[in-house]
Amino acid sequence: MPARIIGRLLLSFVLLWASSVLIFGGIEVLPGDFATTYLGQSATPQAIANIRLELGLDRPVVTRYLGWLAGIAQGDFGRSWASGQPIAEQLGHRLGNSLLLAAAAAVIAVPLAVGLGIVAVIFRDRLIDRLINILSLAAVSLPEFFIAYLLILVLVVQHPVAAFPATIYGGMSLFEKLHTIALPVATLVLVCIAHMMRMTRAALLNVLSTPYMETATLKGLSRLRAIFVHATPNALAPIINVVALNLAYLVVGVVVVEVVFVYPGMGQYMVDAVTVRDLPVVQACGLVFAAIYIALNMIADVLSILVNPRLRHPR
Amino acid sequence: MADTDHDRPLLSVRGLRLGVRAHASGEPPRDVEIVHGVSFDLRKGRVLGLIGESGAGKSTIGLAALAHARGAMRITGGEVLLDGENILALDNAGKRGIRGARVCYVAQSAAAAFNPAFRLGDQVIEATLRHGLATRAEARVRAVGLFRMLGLPAPETFGRRFPHEVSGGQLQRAMTAMALCPRPELIVFDEPTTALDVTTQIGVLAAIKSAIARTGTAAIYISHDLAVVAQIADDIMVLRNGETVEYGPARQIVERPVAAYTRDLVRQHEIRHDEVPDQSGRFFEMTGIFASYGSVPVLSDVSLHLSKGQTLAVVGESGSGKSTLARVATGLLPPRQGTVRLDGADLPPRLNGRSKAHLRRIQMIYQIPDTAMNPRQTVEDIIGRPLTFYHGLRGAQKRARVADLLEQIDLGPAFLDRYPAELSGGQKQRVAIARALAAEPDLLICDEPTSALDPLVAAGILRLFLRLQQERQLSYMFITHDLAIVQAIADSVAVMHRGRLVRFGPRSSALRPPFDAYTDTLLASVPQMRVGWLDAAIARQAAGVASPD
Repeated sequence: MPARIIGRLLLSFVLLWASSVLIFGGIEVLPGDFATTYLGQSATPQAIANIRLELGLDRPVVTRYLGWLAGIAQGDFGRSWASGQPIAEQLGHRLGNSLLLAAAAAVIAVPLAVGLGIVAVIFRDRLIDRLINILSLAAVSLPEFFIAYLLILVLVVQHPVAAFPATIYGGMSLFEKLHTIALPVATLVLVCIAHMMRMTRAALLNVLSTPYMETATLKGLSRLRAIFVHATPNALAPIINVVALNLAYLVVGVVVVEVVFVYPGMGQYMVDAVTVRDLPVVQACGLVFAAIYIALNMIADVLSILVNPRLRHPR
Repeated sequence: MADTDHDRPLLSVRGLRLGVRAHASGEPPRDVEIVHGVSFDLRKGRVLGLIGESGAGKSTIGLAALAHARGAMRITGGEVLLDGENILALDNAGKRGIRGARVCYVAQSAAAAFNPAFRLGDQVIEATLRHGLATRAEARVRAVGLFRMLGLPAPETFGRRFPHEVSGGQLQRAMTAMALCPRPELIVFDEPTTALDVTTQIGVLAAIKSAIARTGTAAIYISHDLAVVAQIADDIMVLRNGETVEYGPARQIVERPVAAYTRDLVRQHEIRHDEVPDQSGRFFEMTGIFASYGSVPVLSDVSLHLSKGQTLAVVGESGSGKSTLARVATGLLPPRQGTVRLDGADLPPRLNGRSKAHLRRIQMIYQIPDTAMNPRQTVEDIIGRPLTFYHGLRGAQKRARVADLLEQIDLGPAFLDRYPAELSGGQKQRVAIARALAAEPDLLICDEPTSALDPLVAAGILRLFLRLQQERQLSYMFITHDLAIVQAIADSVAVMHRGRLVRFGPRSSALRPPFDAYTDTLLASVPQMRVGWLDAAIARQAAGVASPD
């Protein structure tokens, strides 16, 4: 089993390296040019050449890639072309904000989704099960910006109880921050809960139809004990995987929500950088997103290995 | 019969009816009855055998003794009296109080019936603890004692293992220990040895039988194999389509059956094929075969041969290399060493090296016909495919030939437009045979073609194989773990054990002593249709023959 986990870790690094190549290469082949956009009307060939020289764009691609990679290995993501500031500083700040938003949403959504999934299984095909299914499906069917505006309409405009915009600052206390981000968190919870809830329900129902669950029934165990003690451990692997996917979504997939709520997270940072063709920032954001995605999936895989008794105790 | 201290039976089933709620579209739901009013009595310490083919309602009746109905099944009538109390009328808490405490259940596949996430010991004592029948320490001691009684290895530490860490035979014993641990009044054994190899089965049967005798628990023993039930049961009930066919003492059912159906069940072991002496030389021949999956050696130095129009039975337990031998013969697995010859010419070792003529001459028939047929093709498409592929038949010509083949397998042209899902297990296997015949092969490789079928259906398929062989001079390489089948059809026998050929020759000499140790164990393990066979076999083993499993 340690070999399996080490193998999975190595694979993650290979994946991360491959995504760095894709990100760098992809941006390299993009049409358009920072210098042209930056200079606008005053883009004379000489001025463009100067800027390219200044930014080091005259060097060969491979040299620039290796330089970029070497910098990142030491925590240096380069400087923003637009502001001239080191990216790492700004990135760390934005990433912290994104992780706060994601963590707040995950702390609510994951237990709620798994809990609702279990409740749906206990009351399978009864009113509660149907209600949970319909509501969660409705939530996932609505686009996230629609849910966001709906929440703003009801909880800010009509009954002003929540804060808007959800812009947080360095000087705020944690409680103030949490109050400020309540609406985007609620939006994200509503968007990602259905997927996890339905997977929990499906994974548990799958386990409930196995012969060993009949064994539990025929031992005279109560339905709750059967579900919690006998079924849940065997349903963990698929649940862990779908939770990891949704956590990844919460960190890297929330651009729209950030824009709607004017939240200073990674998503908005990247979108702003794209509009001014600030490519080092785009690259840095892309790589951080890839790293988070790969790391979460790797953790999910390792946990799946750890909860599988066949892999924990090989013959 | 001085085995009761009072007259009331421990378990009394009165007019038990079970049904499935069917939801046909556009109609109100209605109950389709599966079990039509079955009654029996079981006294303390006695064993009742329930026997019948699949769909007879055996398991359904067995589970009713725990007031449980599987899936969409529901108990629609009758009473199940446990010590005089109708357990069907109890509320859920009352039923839970009986399950796992007074009545326990041993499932057919222990491998599936144990929770893979927990250690065996914890699962074995769980019901005892939950029902408050013993403290954890007492239950542990009980479990170790039961492991020892059931002949499990290292009984003190056996409970620390996970289900996937022990063999199928050991799991079945552990399941029996789990049922015995709460010291129940009644245990329902639902085909506990059906999934096991014959050499493993005998050990588990003996363990169950002695456990029943030593603990004095009553038992319902469910099986489709009358020879097995006859070893364990005091009384036997023969079931068919949810109705009682015959019910009486075991000896009477086996030795003097009254109902025609029971007589068929007893007689199914009596298909006889007179061995034909080897005459036409070596029609099919495998010489010095070594084969492996990756670096895992599976076959080493296997050499055997088969004459035209004869049957070679390849026997051995699971994992002995029987099916691998078939894969080598068909070219699916090229051997690392050795040659395969057909009709005097070497066959290319690899499948894609073989010509269409080579392929046509060797056809396969599989254990599970469901997975060997495309469920979206009609019988005509399934059988017609080799006709087009090998013989270029199309249209009306093909249809006529398929109809002709269906006649030969006793099905008839009415089946042309059916889909596999509309056929019974036996009919599906017949269609698979017709598909193989359509190629006009010389050699049929049959991989356990009857082991997934009910005994009487299987007997019909075996008779079909024999008739086709006479009509067409077919050669069969017949893979089986069932020595009764060997007696029924084989001219020569190859016994495989751990990838080696331990015995090969004409049936008459291969199955006659002196035996090598393995063949001896194998032959001694086959249940015989007579009361007392198991006791004799156990005595024989105790007298010095090495124990299997």
